[in-house]
Amino acid sequence: MTALSLAPAALRLRVRPATALSLLIVALLVVAVLAPGVLTSRSPNEIDLQHTLLSPSLSHPFGTDDAGRDLYTRVVYGARESFGIGLGATALAMVIAVLLGFTAGLARGIVDTVLTRILEVAFAFPVLLLALLLIAIRGPSLATEIVAVGIGSAPGYARMVRGQVLHVRQAGYIQSSVALGHTWWAVIRQHLFPNAMRPLVAMLTLAVGQSIVWASGLAFLGLGVAPPSPEWGALLDAGRVSITTSPWLEIMPGLVIVLATLALTALGRTLQHRLEGAAR
Amino acid sequence: MTVSTALEAETEDTDEQVPLLAVDNLRVSFGGREVVKGISFTARRGRCLAIVGESGSGKSVTARTLVGLTGPGSEVRSDRIELDGLDLSAPSERAWRSIRGCDIGFILQDALVSLDQLRRVGDEIAEPLRVHGWGTAASRARKAVDLLDSVGVPEPAVKARQRPYELSGGLRQRALIASAIALDPKLVVADEPTTALDVTVQAQVLDLLAEAKARGTAIIMISHDLSVVARLADEVAVMRDGEIVEHGPVHEVLRDPRHAYTRALLDAIPSEHTRGTRLVRPARGEDAPRRTRTPIDRGRPVLEAKRLSKVYRGPDKVDRTVVDDVSFQLFAGETLGIVGESGSGKTTTAGIVLSLIAPTAGEVLLHGEAWSTLPPRRRRPLRKQIGVIYQDPLSSFDPRWPVGRIVVDALAMGRRPPSSRSAARERAVRLLEQVGLGEQHLDAAPLRLSGGQQQRVAIARALAPEPEVIICDEPVSALDVSIQAQVLDLLTDLQDELGVSYLFISHDLGVIHHMSDRIVVMKDGRVVESGAADEVFHRPRHPYTQRLLTALPLLARA
Repeated sequence: MTALSLAPAALRLRVRPATALSLLIVALLVVAVLAPGVLTSRSPNEIDLQHTLLSPSLSHPFGTDDAGRDLYTRVVYGARESFGIGLGATALAMVIAVLLGFTAGLARGIVDTVLTRILEVAFAFPVLLLALLLIAIRGPSLATEIVAVGIGSAPGYARMVRGQVLHVRQAGYIQSSVALGHTWWAVIRQHLFPNAMRPLVAMLTLAVGQSIVWASGLAFLGLGVAPPSPEWGALLDAGRVSITTSPWLEIMPGLVIVLATLALTALGRTLQHRLEGAAR
Repeated sequence: MTVSTALEAETEDTDEQVPLLAVDNLRVSFGGREVVKGISFTARRGRCLAIVGESGSGKSVTARTLVGLTGPGSEVRSDRIELDGLDLSAPSERAWRSIRGCDIGFILQDALVSLDQLRRVGDEIAEPLRVHGWGTAASRARKAVDLLDSVGVPEPAVKARQRPYELSGGLRQRALIASAIALDPKLVVADEPTTALDVTVQAQVLDLLAEAKARGTAIIMISHDLSVVARLADEVAVMRDGEIVEHGPVHEVLRDPRHAYTRALLDAIPSEHTRGTRLVRPARGEDAPRRTRTPIDRGRPVLEAKRLSKVYRGPDKVDRTVVDDVSFQLFAGETLGIVGESGSGKTTTAGIVLSLIAPTAGEVLLHGEAWSTLPPRRRRPLRKQIGVIYQDPLSSFDPRWPVGRIVVDALAMGRRPPSSRSAARERAVRLLEQVGLGEQHLDAAPLRLSGGQQQRVAIARALAPEPEVIICDEPVSALDVSIQAQVLDLLTDLQDELGVSYLFISHDLGVIHHMSDRIVVMKDGRVVESGAADEVFHRPRHPYTQRLLTALPLLARA
């Protein structure tokens, strides 16, 4: 396999073409989030009734929608919301997961048993159903969506964190540290926490992609961010009515969601391998 | 096969002259790096050739070449590899499959990873029979039981239906041997067949191989352990850096080694003869320097274990007594050896002494005062008085920490915590120098260090808080003989210099005798015998100690 080296030679990081491509996609997404103006000169809400439902062309690479808005521009501007939801939901999920996972893994005994049972039940509960329930109560909004996806995906990660904690607390270096006279708290802070969190760093990247898919799904059902927001799921939802006449309204945002998720997942996997390799 | 049977008839009466296996100028390289550099040897029927060497000598690669398992990326060249007239220098993978198991049996070091965990032992043993088209399913199953019986597995019919993880290490290794000799191969290649085993089990496995040898099987045994070799081999080839440095009949090589490396290897083996001396000699021919010990203070014990016991409740709700009424005293500047086989409770005892495991009954006193019964808060500040070194140093280091941080962390927990970063660094460097490392290792990741260097880092960490007692739990069991010698020398040097006491745990009787002033022999959680080292070794009273000592492969020393 051909491999090109992007990082300094001292790190001897060999990057596969697939990883390089993923990096490029993620870099583009980051630019879209931080400075969408760099990628497009139009505005996402610029209505042009002369040019509605144009199919993709050089001047409108993704085509235009029923109000003549440039779809490419809308997708670029939508990245901020989609990514925001992805990051927000992942952050929330991780905070819950770390709290519950560490409590269960450190407490053991009855606390662990009860928490684990609850997590198992929650894990078996479909994320979408849980999210629907929450949205039904609170009404659709960006915040609700973040909370819904975050809570929904937390139990899976919490189980993983607990497993990591149980695994790492058996490690020889934990024993050595206790034998040196460190307090339990110091041992947790210095060794247990960072080492148990290590595989989660890679999971994080995977989780962001996962959350974007969930959020898009919710928006598509009309339960996410409301139009005219250019959030990717909302774009899918808006394009649904004209799917037979103007299929690009579905295909283009759909492709972007798929590419973004694939790139994040591929990066997450690469990171996972790297970290595991470094760990032993 | 047909060729070899024809040849067999011809060579029947010239067995002694014509070798079963002849290897000429064997070279193996991986990615252009040669690891076996043109070695030649032969194996004869009913004889055992031992290939001895340390890690990286190329001995295991040589063994694997004989069964065509050198793996991807390897390049094997030779002028000749001939097994009973059959050319093995470049067989196809297909040809290898008919040779492996049938003409050549292969025994690997670790039976737990060599046997498929999910298959019954009987099926595993019958596998080579099936592959080579022997008998029917029913007759193969019967043969598997017979084979297990022949290698001395009790209740072979029951064991054949169990899975590898349900058997003890010794039984697994025997099952592996049964599988290797299932088709009565002409040649058995055994790669460290007894390394993972206890002494008494090791003796049984060696007896088994000796029986196969008596039946006319040729054996090539790979080992790092010269004393094991002495028990079974007829010929020895000593390998170093991919070359055979010395080759000859076993007793000549072991009694009168010609090559300096062989001599150094033999000198490095700890035993009662090496007591009170360093193992590494300054130069060839010179006597090993004697230790200058600080006197042992038999006034008051530094550490005292009083009637310790530990009971674990298993998942089946049955209580298991792992440590049973164990008492001993350790005096200042003394080394107390705890010897026992796996499962004897010695590591649990170490855990209790370190107060990492709470005893079910009994207590440990430090300087005559409460230690194991203290509440954790009051025990923590006292922990600096007891250091610990484990068998596997790498797993005792946080994988994120470089060497310097590991040592500095231990210094900070010690009697004289360094006042500044630069003071800490300076003292860490001094400690590393004390254990034979240096400033250049401060930023090294332990993973990148060799096994011996890792153990030196562990020793530096144990010394950092300036303890009076260091618990050494199998500290050299994972090391090569020459590295083991260096680490043992380091430990004795440090004792002579600092007057520290060691609680030295090992399964290796030679190491224990070399290191210990007094010995505690443990079996099944109990102390079966204790006393001065020489007393216990020369006049063992307990039948178990006697059995251990007879099982110990001893080198006939000149």
